[in-house]
Amino acid sequence: MATRQTQLLARTLLTPAVGLLFIWMIVPLALTIYFSTLHYSLLDPGSEAFVGIENFRYFLTDPAFLASLQNTLVLVGSVLALTVLLGIPLALLLDQPVIGLNIVRLMVIAPFFVMPTVSALVWKNLLMHPVSGLFAWIASMFGLTPIDWFNDMPLLAVILIVSWQWLPFATLILLTAMQSLDEEQKEAAEMDGASAISTFIYITLPHLARPITVVILIETIFLLTVFAEIYVTTGGGPGLSTTNIAFLIYSQALIQYDVGTASAGGLVAVVIANVVAFFLVRIVGRNLEA
Amino acid sequence: MARMATRRRVVVSTIGAWLFGFLIFFPILWMVLASFKTELEAFAIPPSFLFFHWTTENYATVQERSDYFLHAMNSVIIAGGSTLIALLIAIPAAWSMAFSPTKRTKDILLWMLSTKMMPPVGVLVPIYLIYKSFGLLDSRIGLVFILCLGNLPIVIWMLFTYFKEIPRDILEAARMDGATIGRELVYVLTPMAIPGLASTMLLNLILAWNEAFWTLNLSTSNAAPLTTFIASYSSPEGLFWAKLSAASTLAIAPILVLGWFSQKQLVRGLTFGAVK
Repeated sequence: MATRQTQLLARTLLTPAVGLLFIWMIVPLALTIYFSTLHYSLLDPGSEAFVGIENFRYFLTDPAFLASLQNTLVLVGSVLALTVLLGIPLALLLDQPVIGLNIVRLMVIAPFFVMPTVSALVWKNLLMHPVSGLFAWIASMFGLTPIDWFNDMPLLAVILIVSWQWLPFATLILLTAMQSLDEEQKEAAEMDGASAISTFIYITLPHLARPITVVILIETIFLLTVFAEIYVTTGGGPGLSTTNIAFLIYSQALIQYDVGTASAGGLVAVVIANVVAFFLVRIVGRNLEA
Repeated sequence: MARMATRRRVVVSTIGAWLFGFLIFFPILWMVLASFKTELEAFAIPPSFLFFHWTTENYATVQERSDYFLHAMNSVIIAGGSTLIALLIAIPAAWSMAFSPTKRTKDILLWMLSTKMMPPVGVLVPIYLIYKSFGLLDSRIGLVFILCLGNLPIVIWMLFTYFKEIPRDILEAARMDGATIGRELVYVLTPMAIPGLASTMLLNLILAWNEAFWTLNLSTSNAAPLTTFIASYSSPEGLFWAKLSAASTLAIAPILVLGWFSQKQLVRGLTFGAVK
């Protein structure tokens, strides 16, 4: 009797959350699918007409799509590589006996808490400005020609900014994982005469395999939709050189007001994200049983 | 000999860690310094590191010229409001799944997680059109609503992992003593859940404060939080670095402090409990 009551209560408590999330997921997605089959421009209201898969054909064969897909992959791949490859040594360093570790850790984590619009503008102006930026000054001290970041290598500039934002995340997670590693195992290895390098390769690195996977998957989810950093620095340009999929869809929707094509693009983005999500959900789900 | 080696190791790793920590933190420090310079000095080459004419004038100008407090208030309302509502919806749900799990609980949790995977840009068009037709564009309530929904899965997940750690024996003991579910919730569960609740709230506040997709796309002026306000500095109008730095420093200061307090919970919250 009591159990049935409890179950009923449990279900009642769960319903608002499930209901809201269900509506949140279904309604916009259904509308996106619906719009994606229409010729629908906000500049030309009243002209909506069913066009089938025409929008998808248009979006996928647009040269801008391939360019932005490539930019998306380069951006995601480079940021992942930079944050993981720098995050591992950094976490190793913070796992050592360091005087004032708490303060160092605060400094390392700080960029993660800076809002994207601030980090992008501070980097673009104060650091990367070709004349008055700090990097230009450092370059000129060494007698080098300062790099005009946002004209000559705009995508790399965006990659550096985004990597700076995500390096703390990777470092923090890897450090947390390292700290859960059994000290005795490492000590035993040292006693057996294992060098620091082989201890790292044979003990630490295998232990880090799972957290590294988690870092890669979670970062990928967020990096696929990097938006604010591009919006405030380059506006997707010059040309299409920093337009990623998210920015392309945004510009089709809110700059060109082409609802149909933007919706088709939105669905393409959903499909790409789902492929990543599939793997992440499996890994997290496995953890749920443990 | 061994002690010598250890001491040398401490010295080397300390120097290394401080060096890298400083490098990573430097852009923030540089920004804070620039906020106390005059526009001319902020732009000057060679730059001055400490020996410049310190001024707080930029902070005053930012408020006078652009109504900084309106945007700060918007950020507080949007981040705070969305966090509060998300908690109100999430607490019962997480409680129910942690203490009365059914066969479907795991599926429900994973499904909730998967809604978070949906790229916001995939639903930008319908949300924008819905907001437009309901007059929700550039409204605080509209942003509260969308950020609340966006973060709800993370809130439920975090609370769930915390609630699951509360020993069930205590609940059973309370039940044996004749406590009703309501009393159980108020007197037994809540006190034990407060640390988890607090860190969930903190993380969600940080995420909502820094959210820069929906805020940029759905707000322009009246409801614009700090993310959108700072973005307005992207149009290059003369010398504005010192003012940009002052506005930015104010915008990130509160969240930096909150973030530093919640760094331990951060890992857990952002990895959905996969790394603790």
